[in-house]
Amino acid sequence: MSITVDKEKCTGCGLCEKACPFGAIKIVEKIAVIGDECTLCGACVDQCNLKAISLQRKKLKDVDLSQYQDVWIVAEIKDGKVRNVSFELLGKAIELADELMQDPCVLLIGNNVTKFTQDFSNRGAKKIYIAENEDLKDYHTETYSSVITGIISKYKPNIVLYPATISGRDLAPRIAATLELGLTADCTGLSIKDGLLLQTRPAFGGNIMADIICPITRPQMATVRPNVMEMASANDNENTKIIEIPVNVDLQGLKIKTKEIISASSSECGIPVCEADIIVSGGRGVGCQENFKILEDLANVLKGAVGASRAAVDLGWIPKSQQVGQSGTTVSPRIYIACGISGTIQHLVGMKSSDIIIAINKDPEAPIFNVANYGIVGDLCEVVPLLTEALKKRLSEN
Amino acid sequence: MKFIVCVKQVPDTTEVKIDPETNTLIREGVPSILNPFDQFALEEAIKIRQEGDEIIVISMGPPQAKKALLKCLALGADKAILLSDKAFAGADTWATSYTLTQCIRKIGDFNIVFCGLQAIDGDTAQVGPEIAAQLGIPQITYVESIEKLEGKKLEAKVQTDDGYKIVEAKLPVLITGITSSSFEPTNPPMMSIMKANKKPFSTWTIDDLGGSSDNYGLNGSLTEVIKVYSPPARQQGVVIEDEKPDAAVLKLIELLSKDKVI
Repeated sequence: MSITVDKEKCTGCGLCEKACPFGAIKIVEKIAVIGDECTLCGACVDQCNLKAISLQRKKLKDVDLSQYQDVWIVAEIKDGKVRNVSFELLGKAIELADELMQDPCVLLIGNNVTKFTQDFSNRGAKKIYIAENEDLKDYHTETYSSVITGIISKYKPNIVLYPATISGRDLAPRIAATLELGLTADCTGLSIKDGLLLQTRPAFGGNIMADIICPITRPQMATVRPNVMEMASANDNENTKIIEIPVNVDLQGLKIKTKEIISASSSECGIPVCEADIIVSGGRGVGCQENFKILEDLANVLKGAVGASRAAVDLGWIPKSQQVGQSGTTVSPRIYIACGISGTIQHLVGMKSSDIIIAINKDPEAPIFNVANYGIVGDLCEVVPLLTEALKKRLSEN
Repeated sequence: MKFIVCVKQVPDTTEVKIDPETNTLIREGVPSILNPFDQFALEEAIKIRQEGDEIIVISMGPPQAKKALLKCLALGADKAILLSDKAFAGADTWATSYTLTQCIRKIGDFNIVFCGLQAIDGDTAQVGPEIAAQLGIPQITYVESIEKLEGKKLEAKVQTDDGYKIVEAKLPVLITGITSSSFEPTNPPMMSIMKANKKPFSTWTIDDLGGSSDNYGLNGSLTEVIKVYSPPARQQGVVIEDEKPDAAVLKLIELLSKDKVI
């Protein structure tokens, strides 16, 4: 093991003992002593004000890669519900694990998450690792990254997939850098090639695709865009192994604390835009905040979410959380309806991978029509309500 | 206080085209610009600075990247360091963050490290958190704006999936995000550009940063790009023009059901 305590510097203050998620540190005669439970997660190193603990991680070069087995996903739980993206990751993990003849596994982290075990076992997870603690109720980079770093070091998965959500994109690079692992962001395709994870992602504002591998380090890690992969389907599965991992969390030691939460979801369905199957989006052409009601009506009929271009957000018509585009959220719904959005390159980057794009705009020259499968040149205030009515009628007939 | 802002010179992706014959990027004639998101981060640092604070911009890149750093100086940064060495070439996010971390450690004694939301060429948003992890300092990602900076504490407004939250952090801290500035990157006035040439500018190589050469550039990279190609082109769509709204909607519904979209 390559973690050491400098006995000259250590005063036995106990901060590290509290910070250790795995209960591996005891203070013995005013000196921190690190026991066998240590997973080298590094939580104590960051906590120690006296820099008395040093951690040397060997780069995984030239180690036996075959000891790294199984395809893991880190499930995301929000507001007491499993986010759909977690089932999408599992769907992909099952496919990859089949090809490798390894097991698809789920890591559930949070408070009161054991109850979700069945959702994942029904959908084909072979092993479910559970790190449950009431102080893991809310996502904090510091606590989640230490716990997951430790678990990865101990259980040695071959592949770990994270959702490319706000918290996934915060968490995964933190873990990757701590463990000196490669990480590929925002993958839209994953497959196995010569035993390695082949990761496909867009770059240059969606103008090129790149295939990336991670040959020398394990686990191979990637964040995966929501709404791109197929969800794992439910079918009974009785052979799921549950592994409970006891963890301690010390919220007192957090260096970043949440003071206030301001929820501002405007969509009645409350679906985050990145997860919505159908998005009705508005831009400057919507004209005013009140007119967004027209788009909400259409979204409600389609059980979709309301999105917006940057222009509409900057004008204060709709909250930032709904913004689609390079500086907002990248989405890939089944249907994207762009209303009064001209289609700047920054917006197109964020929605171009939607399956079907429908554009409604006054200006026949608007660039949005270049990417649209269907377009109507006209005033959205006239067209959208008619479309809402027509779809309502049609959906009630079916 | 000492603020360090990490910036990148990027090709202007709005100008990038694909050669349909060879399926490769046409790089000729594509201008290099200061990554707009990094400029927003710099603008935030300038906004919260007080008398006596120092803003240092750092960038890893080829010698030409000096131009992006000069723009930062013209916008109001005090000092610029370019990390330029053949050994740095071909770096992935891990090797890039290692290089920047080595530089930040050498500068030392900093209070806030700023990174842009992401670079517009790679779009990974990974380098910021990877630097924070290597420095062993906390990170706040998706920051909308810095609300307060008092003593050794910072308060920031942070974007969440369904709104915002206000968080309080002890310094030192690394923050990424900041998109609240207008997307059109502003150009500094001529006078500031002239002054920028007189501000301290240094170029550091691998010898200045130290550490094993195995950790830099292509050698230090943990991921490997094996193929680059253009995405499948979208099929040409149908645009309904010169129709009355009700007729247009009717036609659209017909098309949608024919194509089994609804």
